[in-house]
Amino acid sequence: MKKHVISVLVENQFGVLGRVANLFSARAYNIDSLTVGETEDPGISRMTIVAVGDNNILEQIQKQLNKLIDVIKVRDLTGINLVEREALLVKINSHAASRAEIIQAIDIFKGNVVGIQKDSITTEIFGDSDKIEAFIEFIRPFGIKEMVRSGRIAIAR
Amino acid sequence: MSKSMTGAEILVDALIKEGTECLFGYPGGVVIPIFDVLYKRQKEIRFILARHEQGAAHMADGYARASGKVGVCLATSGPGATNLVTGIATAHMDSIPVVFITGQVNSALIGTDAFQEANIMGITQSITKHNYLVNDVKDLPRIITEAFHIAATGRPGPVLIDLPVDVSNSTLEDYSYPTEINIRGYKPSVKGHRKQITKAAEFIANSERPVIFAGGGVVISDSYKELRELAEKINAPVTTTLMALGVFPEDHELHMGMPGMHGTKVANFGLMECDLIISIGARFDDRITGDVSKFAPNAKIIHIDIDPASVSKIIKVDVPVVGDAKSVLEELIPIVAKREKNHWNDEVAGWKKEHKMFYRTDDTDEVKPQYVVERLCANLPKDSIIATEVGQNQMWAAQYYEYTYPRQLLTSGGLGTMGFGLPAAIGAQLAFPGRTVIDIAGDGSIQMNIQELATAFVERVPVKVAILNNGYLGMVRQWQDLFWDKNYSGTCLKRQVDCPDICCSPSPTCAPYVPDFVKLAESYNVLGLRCTEADKVDETIQKAMAYDGPVVMEFIVAKEENVFPMVPAGKPINEILDVEI
Ligand SMILES: Cc1cc2nc3c(=O)[nH]c(=O)nc-3n(C[C@H](O)[C@H](O)[C@H](O)COP(=O)(O)OP(=O)(O)OC[C@H]3O[C@@H](n4cnc5c(N)ncnc54)[C@H](O)[C@@H]3O)c2cc1C
Ligand SMILES: Cc1ncc(C[n+]2csc(CCOP(=O)(O)OP(=O)(O)O)c2C)c(N)n1
Repeated sequence: MKKHVISVLVENQFGVLGRVANLFSARAYNIDSLTVGETEDPGISRMTIVAVGDNNILEQIQKQLNKLIDVIKVRDLTGINLVEREALLVKINSHAASRAEIIQAIDIFKGNVVGIQKDSITTEIFGDSDKIEAFIEFIRPFGIKEMVRSGRIAIAR
Repeated sequence: MSKSMTGAEILVDALIKEGTECLFGYPGGVVIPIFDVLYKRQKEIRFILARHEQGAAHMADGYARASGKVGVCLATSGPGATNLVTGIATAHMDSIPVVFITGQVNSALIGTDAFQEANIMGITQSITKHNYLVNDVKDLPRIITEAFHIAATGRPGPVLIDLPVDVSNSTLEDYSYPTEINIRGYKPSVKGHRKQITKAAEFIANSERPVIFAGGGVVISDSYKELRELAEKINAPVTTTLMALGVFPEDHELHMGMPGMHGTKVANFGLMECDLIISIGARFDDRITGDVSKFAPNAKIIHIDIDPASVSKIIKVDVPVVGDAKSVLEELIPIVAKREKNHWNDEVAGWKKEHKMFYRTDDTDEVKPQYVVERLCANLPKDSIIATEVGQNQMWAAQYYEYTYPRQLLTSGGLGTMGFGLPAAIGAQLAFPGRTVIDIAGDGSIQMNIQELATAFVERVPVKVAILNNGYLGMVRQWQDLFWDKNYSGTCLKRQVDCPDICCSPSPTCAPYVPDFVKLAESYNVLGLRCTEADKVDETIQKAMAYDGPVVMEFIVAKEENVFPMVPAGKPINEILDVEI
């Protein structure tokens, strides 16, 4: 089972997300993450989909994606030279004794503190998935109050 | 030249410009504006009022299957739209070009559980090739052009347009029907890849035991002449799927018959023993492959199909050729080496002699359904169109009628929709008023859209229906007979509340059949004929043929007759059950 990063260019139109997501669910295929946003052409959006699973089924899904009228281009970015980035927002438990250590970690990970409360620190981190994972692992012992990951965006170099 | 028109006027005008002769449908509140325009332009477009939206959908589908043109169907929002769903799915599974138009509630009310609102866009997403919700009247001309284009090109299929009533009522100042289409996400590839075609020719040259496996794609691409040319040049035995019956003459020495669950032994042995399958517009359905892991163990596979998603979906293919079958065959035929007949052709010929289609005539006094189908074939004109319902009737129609033209058999293969045949026959008859059109039906299926007899009568559509009445939901009863200890649960159509709990055979004391099909036909002003004896079968058919109007023939047939040969579901296709002699 391999992790696939699929980039899909679609018409920027209502209903497209549902059509794309449906193809995955119709084959009982779980999407790890999905991001959508405008491209340089406001009529076109780019979806970046990360999914893990059987290669044959995924190949089939890509063919099905290509068949959707609102899909302009499908590209499997797996295994090619690409940049991928993800954003993380996380609210970490903290008190006077742990605050310094957490802020130091945020610095090392080149993140920013975006909020501070008596009992918590909220931060943003940006980077590839390994970096995000590493940060989460580091702060986990302090206690994570709330967390959200953006899902990956990717583009060939 | 442009002019000012309302959405409803644009719709009807566009349909006329697309060459729509017949519009099948049913009215309702939000489509009254459209019906008003239809009323005014009735000289230019014929509206056929079905008695159920599902009937209208199958009529449009039958019209499309028989003629190769796009069928068009109109229904109102909510229940009208949901009643179409089975018809849309039926067309989708068999790649039939139909444009469905549904009314929708006022745009401002969408998503509010408004009166007669259904999210038909969401509901039909997976059963249409594409669907559109029209937000603005200025998009309507483009959407209609695109819908017809998408429905008819590439791998054809149904397209739905959901039209809110306020869009129907609003005015576009500068309407003109678009002449150009440019959909950036839709560019079906027609021409096959030259390298792949060359490779296919090499595989054919290296094959000792080739088989051509022809499917519905041959019908769609209109490539039956090319198919025959290829088959004769390389002397490859041919098998045609249910969806392709008629594309290759059944009396041709290379023809092996239909493959699959109820196919001929010859075709199934041929697929299992060959060393090369040349698949042309067929999608390796599980009714044909049986146990996929044991299917055609020694065969390399060339797969010619316009839809890349069909290729290697079920079976790993050695030479995929994505393109239109006609275009690919035109390129392939000149470069393929002529192949002489060899021991393989002898072997196939031997099977053909040994395994003829067969049914017993000595085990009952009842009329055999296969015999009725044979007699229909003998009595009907050669160019007749045959629609079927679903079940045993459909399989006997496939096995015992001899098809000589593409588009001669109209049958719901992919979805297997009971109730398809009668409305499809009506649609086909409207496309070909001069030909004989018949629905070969089961007594169960026919009741699913029997109301369309009214449509047949009032529109003077002289379709003939031949009900093979076995008193059972025969195909399901057959499975219960063979694999479920003869527990005829929920399959006896004569069963009444006072019947014994356990009953696995019909008897003379059974309650009479409900409904009385002859009386029912008469109540629709349709001629009803009942036939209970084998030697009256011809007479009944001739009477029906001589009658200038719709006819229902009811043949009381052997109640527990089974369809053979049969490959039990999930078995390899050379493990075949057959008639016990
Ligand atoms: C009760 C029952 C029993 C059945 N038993 C059998 C059986 O025993 N044997 C049997 O054969 N079927 C049987 N069927 C039918 C079966 O379910 C399938 O519908 C059928 O086998 C599919 O036929 P096909 O492969 O020709 O595909 P179709 O559904 O006709 O598909 C057409 C294929 O052609 C491709 N195509 C379309 N346009 C083009 C083009 N221009 N160029 C090239 N390719 C194109 C499409 O992409 C698609 O892959 C049965 C059905 C029922 C309801
Ligand atoms: C709408 C629908 N419901 C259920 C089925 C399942 N089914 C397949 S064949 C069959 C029996 C058909 O009976 P009948 O029309 O009497 O035909 P016979 O098999 O007896 O010829 C049934 C119930 C179906 N194919 N379609």
